[in-house]
Amino acid sequence: MTESTQEGRKIGGTLLEVKNITLSFGGVKALTDISFDIKEGEIRAIIGPNGAGKSSMLNVISGFYHPQQGEVWFRGQKRGPMRPYEVARQGIARTFQNIALFKGMSTLDNLMTGRITQMNANLFWQAIWKGPAEREEIAHRERVEHIIDFLGIQAIRKTPVGRLPYGLQKRVELGRALAAEAKLLLLDEPMAGMNLEEKEDMCRFILDVNDEFGTTIALIEHDMGVVMDLSDRVVVLDYGRKLADGTPAEVRSDPEVIKAYLGGAHA
Amino acid sequence: MDHQSDTFPKLLTDNAQRLANQVAMREKDYGIWQSWTWAQMRDEILALANGLAALGFQRGDKLAIVGSNRPRLYWGICAAQCLGGIPVPVYQDSVADEMQYVLEHAEAKFVLAEDQEQVDKMLEIQERCPNMHHIIYDDPRGMRSYQHDHLHDFAEVQALGRDFAKQQPSYVHQEILKGKGSDISIFLYTSGTTGKPKGVVMTYANIIMTARNSVNFDKLTQNEEVLSYLPMAWVGDHIFSYGQAYVAGFCINCPESETTIPTDLREIGPTYYFAPPRVFENILTTVTIRMHDAGKLKQGMYNYFMDVARKTGVKLLNGESVGLADKLLYGLGNLFVYAPLKNTMGFSRIRLAYTAGEAIGPEIFDFFRALGINIKQLYGQTEAAVFITMQPDGQIFADTVGVPAPGVEVKIAENGEVLYRGPGVFHSYYKNEQSTRETKNEEGWVFTGDAGYFAENGHLKIIDRIKDVGRFNDGSMFAPKYIENKLKFFPHIKEAVAFGHEKDYCTAFINIDLEAVGNWAERNNVPYASYQELAGHPQVYQMMLKSIEEVNRSLASDKLLSNSQIHRFLILHKELDPDDGELTRTRKVRRRIIAEKYGVLIDALYDGSPNCFIRTEVTFEDGRKGAIEANLSLMDVPTFTPVKEAA
Repeated sequence: MTESTQEGRKIGGTLLEVKNITLSFGGVKALTDISFDIKEGEIRAIIGPNGAGKSSMLNVISGFYHPQQGEVWFRGQKRGPMRPYEVARQGIARTFQNIALFKGMSTLDNLMTGRITQMNANLFWQAIWKGPAEREEIAHRERVEHIIDFLGIQAIRKTPVGRLPYGLQKRVELGRALAAEAKLLLLDEPMAGMNLEEKEDMCRFILDVNDEFGTTIALIEHDMGVVMDLSDRVVVLDYGRKLADGTPAEVRSDPEVIKAYLGGAHA
Repeated sequence: MDHQSDTFPKLLTDNAQRLANQVAMREKDYGIWQSWTWAQMRDEILALANGLAALGFQRGDKLAIVGSNRPRLYWGICAAQCLGGIPVPVYQDSVADEMQYVLEHAEAKFVLAEDQEQVDKMLEIQERCPNMHHIIYDDPRGMRSYQHDHLHDFAEVQALGRDFAKQQPSYVHQEILKGKGSDISIFLYTSGTTGKPKGVVMTYANIIMTARNSVNFDKLTQNEEVLSYLPMAWVGDHIFSYGQAYVAGFCINCPESETTIPTDLREIGPTYYFAPPRVFENILTTVTIRMHDAGKLKQGMYNYFMDVARKTGVKLLNGESVGLADKLLYGLGNLFVYAPLKNTMGFSRIRLAYTAGEAIGPEIFDFFRALGINIKQLYGQTEAAVFITMQPDGQIFADTVGVPAPGVEVKIAENGEVLYRGPGVFHSYYKNEQSTRETKNEEGWVFTGDAGYFAENGHLKIIDRIKDVGRFNDGSMFAPKYIENKLKFFPHIKEAVAFGHEKDYCTAFINIDLEAVGNWAERNNVPYASYQELAGHPQVYQMMLKSIEEVNRSLASDKLLSNSQIHRFLILHKELDPDDGELTRTRKVRRRIIAEKYGVLIDALYDGSPNCFIRTEVTFEDGRKGAIEANLSLMDVPTFTPVKEAA
């Protein structure tokens, strides 16, 4: 299985690049002079101890935070200050550390919200829900049904998300990010709080998404085993600085990383 | 049988003309019920058959079918038959090694697999199955990067077939005409709970005659709707979703996935439905539990109208006369309770439901019949193409399985074994002449391995497997399963094991049903910390005692089995589990292993001691082993003097 997954993949040129990012909240420096790139088609992990600035980094990429210094380049273009929805429209989708679904809505409706950036019919047609709006909705629904099929969540299609167990909610959130048909998928701790079986499922889905749709994935994860098996390249952050960058094997043998993780200077 | 319709491909051709625009098959895919008419289905099947021919499929070749109920897999059965080949459906949840045995034994040259999961299994065993040449898969997901010359996408094979049909337009048609009723139509492998699976060879005549007889018996029409959710490798599904569907021309519906079956059932609202007793049992349990949580008004209405239904519903269903007032009240109940309830269960349109395989509890049976659902029992076997006995409308009893099916003769051998012969009797076991001879004698009588007798009303009553039937020391008959079933009809008893062979009296092990007893404990403020503690609770013992007394009372009135009253019992400290080898995967009791493992307990049941210490090895779900220790109490049960028949 693993070989066949590897065979079909190809990793292309740079999709996103962050250059010398510095982000501070008042006097606290969350990120200091961070640079790295994400290549098309790869699975890129961002790891680091608590408070290392991983989520801040993700929030910079997805437009939630605006860094004081540095540049974000996406698909060969420098990005100006943007609002999150503009980032989303550019083709970057994300999931959240604490699930951020609409709890009272069904799985299907939650997934449909992922399509909103691609709905073009104007307010008038939307309001009477005829003609273009209806046609568009049918097309979007079909797309969403493919994702439901892909994630194997047919049985919870009509179930309100708030009633689902945690692992399934995470899966629905991944589904919503997929529905946006993003070029780049940002996953903030997709496996946090899951049991072993749920983690295995989620890994399978991440690999399949990458393989099947060719989606580039950047993920933050605490579980080192998962990160090392899943990702092509790893960036290690610590106290807002970049500690190391390379393949899992390189990172694992890096003395700086070992020091930060196993405790050395600041244990 | 006339030559026009003696094989399934011929029936297909006929239906495609007669019922061209009627829906033959539906599948829920991407959230929508996609449908095919008989004419469309014929075109799909012919394209596949041509494609198979183009790949070199010959008369007599076997096509293994591996997967859940998907239209394309059903088409595979008929496509192989068009070319004079033999379809071999395989249980899709078997592991690779089990599949290997069947595929190797059947010498399958072609495989039609559902998806990546099944293809992976096939690739794993391919080296060991030298006959396997081509693998065709239905769902291409995840298959993009598989590169093998002998792997084919279903749609590609059909495209190949359409090209082939242009070059040789009459080839498949000629092959269809060559087929005749006495040809082999399918191999149905037994599930192999007792040793290696056996390939039951069926002819077209076996399946078609049986299907035709049963369609007439129950007056099935082309307007039936059936949900196909039971394994395709099982003879029942082959008859209900294939044989009868082709003969009567009705529509079969494939659920979206295993987990969506309840929703799909509700959406389709089948008119004709088969389920093992366990399914009906679960439905009743769910309804009961949900009614406990309902508001006072709803509960009151439910209880009142269910009483009405029990009084009137069964009579109405049996066509007996009912007073006008009762009829009106039942109508009212239908409006307020029965119809909405049936709608939630997916039984709004149901005309006929069958159950078989295990004994069904009388109150479960009565519940559904009271609601106006015509649920009936049948008794059958793979070797009989299902039907041995069936219950005719209006003659339904919970404890008997009906009268011989049309065309079938049934007799009881001297040792109590049930024998039958008829049009559905299988051709042979594939490559196993010895077993064939042991099961079917020269006159065509088949030994079922079941013990039974005909009740006074002419209905067959099945007691137990003949090999499990024993004798008490006084020579009277001991049928453990019959007693266990009676016990298991109580919702708080999950499993029971009865002892008595070569003993003076009957005793039993009881397994509590954690859900039901736990629920009861919650409602009655009985605290417990573990399964073991709950099982050993004195109040639970009292509850079981009452149930067993009831069983004894009913056994006392049975002239054949009145000696089987349970004298002593104990409640086991752990659930009997297939992982510990105590049950088979299909949850049948493994008597020999239990007798070995719990020998001390059995001895204690017969030496009169009030309690007994036991230490048992258990296997946890992750494979680790551990031990449970317990001190179990044993309890005596009052017995009753047999009710003697007036001489």
